[in-house]
Amino acid sequence: MPDSAVAPPSEDPPPGLRAWRTAGLAAAVFAIDPRGLGGVVLRAQVGPVRTRWTALLKALLPADLPVRRVPAGISDDRLIGGLDLTATLRSGKPVAEKGLLAEADGGVLVLAMAERLSPAAAARIALTLDSGEVAVERDGLAARLPARFGVVAEDEGLADEAPPVVLTERLGLFLDLERLSLRDLVELPLDAEKVAAARALLSRVEVGEGTLEALCGTAVALGIASLRAPLRALRAACALAALSGRTEVEDADVETAAALVLAPRATRVPMSAQPNEPEEETPPSESEPSPEEPRDDSDAGESSEPDLSDRVLEAAAAAISRGLLDKLKLAGQGPRGTQTAGTAGVAKLSLRRGRPIGAHAGRPRPGVRLNLVETLRAAAPWQRLRRPGTTGQTGARIAIRAEDFRVTRFKQRSETATIFAVDASGSTAFNRLAEAKGAVELLLADCYVRRDQVALLAFRGSTAELLLPPTRSLVRTKRALAALPGGGGTPLAAGIDAAAGLGIDLLRRGITPLLVFLTDGQANIARDGQPGRPQAREDAEAAARRLANQRLTALLIDTSARPNEKARSLAAVMEALYLPLPQADARKLDAAVRATLAG
Amino acid sequence: MSSAAKRLAFPFPAIVGQEEMRQALLISAVDPGIGGVLVFGDRGTGKSTTIRALAALLPEQQVILGCPYGCDPATPQGLCPVCEPADPAHGHEHLKPKVAKVPVPVVDLPLGVTEDRVVGALNLERALTHGEKAFEPGLLARANRGFLYIDEVNLLEDHIVDLLLDVAASGENLVEREGLSVRHPARFVLIGSGNPEEGELRPQLLDRFGLSVEVTTPEDLDTRIEVVRRRDNFERDPAAFCEVWAKDSDKLRRRLLSARKKLKGVEVSEAAYRRAATLCVSLGTDGLRGELTLVRAARALAALEGKAAVSDDHLRRIAPSALRHRLRRDPLDEAGSGVRVERALGEVFAA
Repeated sequence: MPDSAVAPPSEDPPPGLRAWRTAGLAAAVFAIDPRGLGGVVLRAQVGPVRTRWTALLKALLPADLPVRRVPAGISDDRLIGGLDLTATLRSGKPVAEKGLLAEADGGVLVLAMAERLSPAAAARIALTLDSGEVAVERDGLAARLPARFGVVAEDEGLADEAPPVVLTERLGLFLDLERLSLRDLVELPLDAEKVAAARALLSRVEVGEGTLEALCGTAVALGIASLRAPLRALRAACALAALSGRTEVEDADVETAAALVLAPRATRVPMSAQPNEPEEETPPSESEPSPEEPRDDSDAGESSEPDLSDRVLEAAAAAISRGLLDKLKLAGQGPRGTQTAGTAGVAKLSLRRGRPIGAHAGRPRPGVRLNLVETLRAAAPWQRLRRPGTTGQTGARIAIRAEDFRVTRFKQRSETATIFAVDASGSTAFNRLAEAKGAVELLLADCYVRRDQVALLAFRGSTAELLLPPTRSLVRTKRALAALPGGGGTPLAAGIDAAAGLGIDLLRRGITPLLVFLTDGQANIARDGQPGRPQAREDAEAAARRLANQRLTALLIDTSARPNEKARSLAAVMEALYLPLPQADARKLDAAVRATLAG
Repeated sequence: MSSAAKRLAFPFPAIVGQEEMRQALLISAVDPGIGGVLVFGDRGTGKSTTIRALAALLPEQQVILGCPYGCDPATPQGLCPVCEPADPAHGHEHLKPKVAKVPVPVVDLPLGVTEDRVVGALNLERALTHGEKAFEPGLLARANRGFLYIDEVNLLEDHIVDLLLDVAASGENLVEREGLSVRHPARFVLIGSGNPEEGELRPQLLDRFGLSVEVTTPEDLDTRIEVVRRRDNFERDPAAFCEVWAKDSDKLRRRLLSARKKLKGVEVSEAAYRRAATLCVSLGTDGLRGELTLVRAARALAALEGKAAVSDDHLRRIAPSALRHRLRRDPLDEAGSGVRVERALGEVFAA
């Protein structure tokens, strides 16, 4: 154990206390080697627990270390740097301004509300983490500035919100403080001097043979694809050794490192350590190597220490508490899950900024933003003429006239999401569900070309269900579609309501929704879930009317064997385009969607 | 240049596995006309590392001293406004330009780049302080005769992508802004990397890449260990690590040079052309670009291996990189286009 007072002792402490000790240890490891660890994902709401942890970390870091806070809506100007307009205007010559990435060099970059960070900003930070420098190519400036830092990503997200994976993939530590209470926050025997001593020792820490094998093998056994994870775990093991004042990594360091770095990234639980047994009472150091081989694809570890890999795996597995795995997968930590996170950010960004289509001479007015740099460029060649009497640069201010004004126009990126609302009720299921699925697939191919998002909801039985929130992943859509069950009543009103609700929600996020209904228009379940055709019909029409009032664009594909008057009239109430499926071949569907979008 | 710019790159020969990516990058260095490389795939597979390693591997090239576009002294005439004589009738062919040997430019196009830095713009400093209207070349100028690298290429803003597409197609950069009118050569090998989970690449941009490579995390434990071991050793002491690999790097560099010399002499037989055409027909690739790229890349591969002629084996090995991104994308085919190329290869080469 690196520190008997910090690491889990052999008796069984309450889970909260254990988690807090782990959090303290993580803070120390990060403070020893911020850049080597990459960073910490700190999952916690604003509150005393997070405040205490942040204070703890701050106390462990050197006092003169730069710490920069990045708000979620950060602009490229502030993040990367650019022209300092005030200084430029004052001095009469270009003055560069550092961005937060360069300002954080040698220190820590704190991301506030990292789950709201746009994928673009996350990618910029991620690439800076990789290269340790920031390339500024903006506003006529070109520079490469050192930017070596560790990241603290504050994640306040709910279940379906998580910081962008491009970033979290590079952060070694993951802390979940959500379930901690004030009572758990005991004093931890960590002090800045000890951490400083460890930092000084770090470069001399040796890694023995077998350590790599153990960490790589454990990563594989836990279903962690990326090779960054074992590399970060290795760094953590070195930091832990240094924290104990050693220059040699011991097995206990490796076990703790695996628990800190690898366990939170697990996408599967190894066979020998199913966590449905009460797992909290098994501290890593005491867990015995399991008799059966936990991995079948491993041939490492046989060389030097046959049981280190097993013990590291046990330690990691023990650190995976029940339910955590599912939560992590939801949060997009798994190797394939990422789609929901961040899309909202993109949408908002594009709503605010759209796609610049160049700067033009013109006056700023609402919706048209003054482009200061271009304005400056326009004014620059005239400066001498505009300063009669003074020749050359006397530090005079820049004379800008109205004709210099340049404005940036933004073309609103028309981001579209197509919501498929599929009638999967009995009548349709028996007749045309397969064909309806085929029609959706055709439309999907079209959505791919237009880079649209796609959402899928189905209504059957008594309710409507969102099978797939808006996504760009066609593979996921296809999977959801294939798994779409059929049968039961037709709660048409519920289906229309759900689609309209999602549509409104998307509109609010700056995305243009297109609703595509696949139904035969036969309703037999009313809004209240009760069967009965007349009421069901009435409710469906009311829902359709409301949809029309909300000005949502819709397309109704009639899935009846022959064009059905009920479906046609429902489309009319919805003010939707009506298309009977018998004619709905690929080209017609495509044309219909295009026409609907254009209209 | 700060000291950061001189930071040592991971040695190219020390890259473990990722055969297809290494092959594609080397081929683009042998024949820059192939149209660049797109590297798409899993996170943490060393995409970026490998591309930066290539930059360090490339042999130096001759340029006209003082030319902002790095013009080739062997063929100084062209579009560059600096090297081109103002009046062709009184050309200064008697004036031999001064020549320097410099590293091949490998220019990063960082995310967040602004348009003025990509294409070039009025030099603000000189305009503000001296009232001069001078053109400040942008990244496209710097990348001329070299490589332009975009990490996370699928996250690049659309208007910057449009600029690139325009210039990559024509090989020259035309700037009309702030009363400036400049035209200069901008021929570069476009290298892009990214992760498809961050978003799909626009079809127009996809088509612009000559070769496309899919990288995945190695499954084999020993390989994974070796990757992590080498990376760790490099990070602990880059200089020592590079020293260990210096000989291999030199050897590979010489191979590259010799391949470039051999390239023109590599024979493509009638049968090889036929094979390439049959393959493209059976895959239904649009246009002739796929076929052309396939043949050119196979030729470069042959040159790289010191062979005098393109063999079936060369075609076969390069076909997935040259063709997979040119298939009509069927988003619902879960097998992926790589598998489809393999299938077609099996059929065509079995015949």
